[in-house]
Amino acid sequence: MTDPMTGPVAGRAAQPVAEAGAWWAVPAAPALLLGLAVLTVAAGAVLDARDAGRAVTPRTALRPLLDVAHALVRQPRRLPASDRLLWRLGVVTVPVSAVLAVLVVPFGGHAVADPSVGLVWFNAMEVLTWAGLWLAGWGPNAALSLVGGYRFLAQGLAYELPLMFALISAATGAGSLRTGAIVAAQQDLWFAVWMPVAFAVHLLGVLAFSFTGPFAYPTGRDLAGGVLGEVGGADRLLLRAGRRLWLAAGAAMAVPLFLGGGAGPGLPAWAWSLVKTLLVLAVLVAAERRLPVLRADRWVEFAWVVLLPLSVVQALVPALVVL
Amino acid sequence: MTEVLLAVSGVAALTGGVLVFTLDSMARVTFALLGSLVCVGGVVALLGLPYLGVVIVLMMVMEMLIMAVFMVAYMMNPAGLMPMSMLHNKRGAAAVSGGVFLALVAGIALAPWPDRAGAPPRDSTVQVGAELMRGQMLTMVTLGFVLLATMVSATVLATRRGRYDRFGDDLDRPAHDPVSGGVGR
Repeated sequence: MTDPMTGPVAGRAAQPVAEAGAWWAVPAAPALLLGLAVLTVAAGAVLDARDAGRAVTPRTALRPLLDVAHALVRQPRRLPASDRLLWRLGVVTVPVSAVLAVLVVPFGGHAVADPSVGLVWFNAMEVLTWAGLWLAGWGPNAALSLVGGYRFLAQGLAYELPLMFALISAATGAGSLRTGAIVAAQQDLWFAVWMPVAFAVHLLGVLAFSFTGPFAYPTGRDLAGGVLGEVGGADRLLLRAGRRLWLAAGAAMAVPLFLGGGAGPGLPAWAWSLVKTLLVLAVLVAAERRLPVLRADRWVEFAWVVLLPLSVVQALVPALVVL
Repeated sequence: MTEVLLAVSGVAALTGGVLVFTLDSMARVTFALLGSLVCVGGVVALLGLPYLGVVIVLMMVMEMLIMAVFMVAYMMNPAGLMPMSMLHNKRGAAAVSGGVFLALVAGIALAPWPDRAGAPPRDSTVQVGAELMRGQMLTMVTLGFVLLATMVSATVLATRRGRYDRFGDDLDRPAHDPVSGGVGR
């Protein structure tokens, strides 16, 4: 059994796997996250243009970014008897929690912070989107918007438990909740190889807490946009940015949890982290465009009847191997 | 620095607690309580128990969001945004809460607090886990089964349709559900 106080320090004793607290990491982590999020938006625009048979030019990729300036100057929407305080709070919570979550994500051996409970911190920040989306649905005092907020909670009850077991599997495999220690434990074999179910559940969870692709139910067209239906201007920009930021944050977290972090031959650690994160993001962007939206009751049933037992069994595997 | 953060979290937690009883919207009350509980999580983390502190934040956000659904659904005033009050039986409640507060303060002042023996652990998470899963294993296992039994029985009581409604008297036909789709239909 590995020492639970420090986590396994396999190999590379001279080179610490996650170096925390460099001053430049504080602005770099949110900037990198924003860059990855913008990249997913551009990739979506390019794929849209290709699917529609339009010519793909650099303009196509940059076009959605023009909407940012447009959204910033547009007047925010006002509705009768809306709860503006809670509405704003919810809209701001979604992107802010995504940024807070990546503080513990090691990127090529560097993290803003590497606390002893990094994994739980990521999970807690992710759960804050529950509050954010429900508030964003409640705030405008509009029925369809509120239904969207409730839909996210129903979805949350389905994805959260399997996701927690997936995260616990990685933590058990490393014998530590420290993200740096989880990376260190994969020097020999990636967790994705011997915990494929946990990896898949994590990717599904990323799509779910980004409320995108098959989990775009809270913003469904049948609800005239749901939680996005009543927001305009900067509020709308923040919510949609939060969605892409969470997709990027989830992809960035999948790399240290299941794909060995920055480990790899030849290239420096940051390059491997970047390559792996981009690959995971590409898979997620492709999946969100191909899979149809799932109704919450069907998804809850699948999550509880199929995914939850599978992820419990998956968590048992590292428990037996490591402990 | 820690002392300042501790004081800020403590005051913020108390402020949230007061707001629960002064705000007039169920949604705002719910989130005042959530804010208060998140600050309590911060206090616990600052006191050297980061795992428990962050888990309090994690569980309380999920729990209060589910609470919000039920509090809004079951409140006397169904609109939820209308003026409402969390105060009932004001005199009795003031007496009980004042008494409890005084008793707790008296406890702080009168309890013979032990001096610290040994140094604090570097990572308290391991100590929490060992305490729960070694010394208190039987308690935790019993607690787990009681909670599970409560959840199962509450679900059974709340479910109108059982398996005989779904699969027939001999459980031999395909599920017959008002909403189709999902697993096994």
